[in-house]
Amino acid sequence: MRTDVSKINESTPHEQLTEGLMIFAGGTSKEFNTGEWRTNTPIFNREKCKQCLLCAPVCPDGAIPVKDSKRDEFDYDHCKGCGICAKACPFGAIDMVEGQVR
Amino acid sequence: MAKKDRMSGNEAVAYAIKQINPDVMPAFPITPSTEIPQMVSTYIANGEIDTEFIPVESEHSSMSAAIGSEAAGARSLTATSSAGLAFMWEELLLAASNRLPVALALVNRTLSGPININCDHSDSMAARDVGWIQIYAETNQEAYDNFIQAYPIAEDVRVHLPIMICQDGFITSHAVMNIELIEDEDVKEFVGEYKPEEFLLNPGKPIAVGPYSVSNYAMEARKNQALAMENSKEVILEVAKKFKDRFGRGVGLFEEYRTEDADYIMLIMGSAAGTAKEAVDNLRDKGIKAGVLKLRVFRPFPAEEIAEALKNCKAVAIMDRTESYNAHGGPLASEVLAGLYRSKVNIETVSYTYGLAGRDFTVDSVYEIFDELQAVVNDGFKPVQHRYIGLRTCE
Repeated sequence: MRTDVSKINESTPHEQLTEGLMIFAGGTSKEFNTGEWRTNTPIFNREKCKQCLLCAPVCPDGAIPVKDSKRDEFDYDHCKGCGICAKACPFGAIDMVEGQVR
Repeated sequence: MAKKDRMSGNEAVAYAIKQINPDVMPAFPITPSTEIPQMVSTYIANGEIDTEFIPVESEHSSMSAAIGSEAAGARSLTATSSAGLAFMWEELLLAASNRLPVALALVNRTLSGPININCDHSDSMAARDVGWIQIYAETNQEAYDNFIQAYPIAEDVRVHLPIMICQDGFITSHAVMNIELIEDEDVKEFVGEYKPEEFLLNPGKPIAVGPYSVSNYAMEARKNQALAMENSKEVILEVAKKFKDRFGRGVGLFEEYRTEDADYIMLIMGSAAGTAKEAVDNLRDKGIKAGVLKLRVFRPFPAEEIAEALKNCKAVAIMDRTESYNAHGGPLASEVLAGLYRSKVNIETVSYTYGLAGRDFTVDSVYEIFDELQAVVNDGFKPVQHRYIGLRTCE
């Protein structure tokens, strides 16, 4: 019995929830838009970015996608706005702004 | 062919563990349960079983490790007593809420204080609402038989809950008695292989155990856990029947000893039931219709079944081997009374506290209680409720 997380939500009756709320599936955390919790938002300034990639590995939520050795725009579905990336950036290419921008 | 031997309760449970050959046993020593991990680790060292023994630094760790290994897909267990059980508290609840069929060999010892190492039920009774099945033994034989039934109950798909197999510290755990052992292959066949449908160490089939659950989910999870505890009653009965059919002994939720026509019944758990039976035999010789209801299963609590078993007697003595400090009697008395009321069984009930921290409970103590029950029924005597048996007093 594998869990289809797309069919479990806040209206699911108890009989249809799994034992101990275990999730019998992998990689399901991307289904949860934890970006909703964000109260501050990092803004990526592409012109200032040297692509040193110090920001991506320090992101606790994997919300800085890297492709072909270059970082891309933030994944705002999962960025919680902690600001660690902005602290790590040596070039001032990430600005933190108040509120849930985007 | 059954083998006759003589063993202490700890030896009997360790022997059952050897016959089951579970996968993982994390344990930390505490009197009077220490011998169980000691004996199992000896079996392992001698190459008789291949259980992975984890010497941990505390009971908090032993239960945590048992939870982790059980979730990984390994049949797991530990043993403890008293303060060791108290130190597992947080994990006891997690084993249950994560629906992991961990087994725990509990050797009942009082919880401090005043600090004391002897038997009463204050450790397991304080853990009565943590979501574990609890089964109690009168004798070494029952502790052994109950342990062999533990996994078939806990691992049943209708249950998936952890299980505590309790025996009385020192009285049962250290006293050597005759015992009838089941052949290894019969034990293995009865218990079966542990084959969980989903588990952590299962390549290609990932799972998440114990995820955070917000308010929209947690109450539904608790309901499912409560239903599993309700379901476990029929599974306990099925496994007990299967055990009896195969090996010729055992009872279901409780044992009814000479109660069929009894006017006076003592409801009691654990080793003291043997004392009560001896007294009842002597009272019967004198024409007093006395009986014993020995509760085997405390969780799930068989409230309706107890009410049905007691409905034809005139008075029942409810015997708690713990103090609840609630100014309202012990847990057994509270639950039995609630069950009788709901089933509209209106008999005389007297609640007693006995045997705390190893205080002797003798055949004479039982006579005293049956005398009081008779006075209640025949003379309208108003007894003091939850009176301590054997207490020194100035009165």
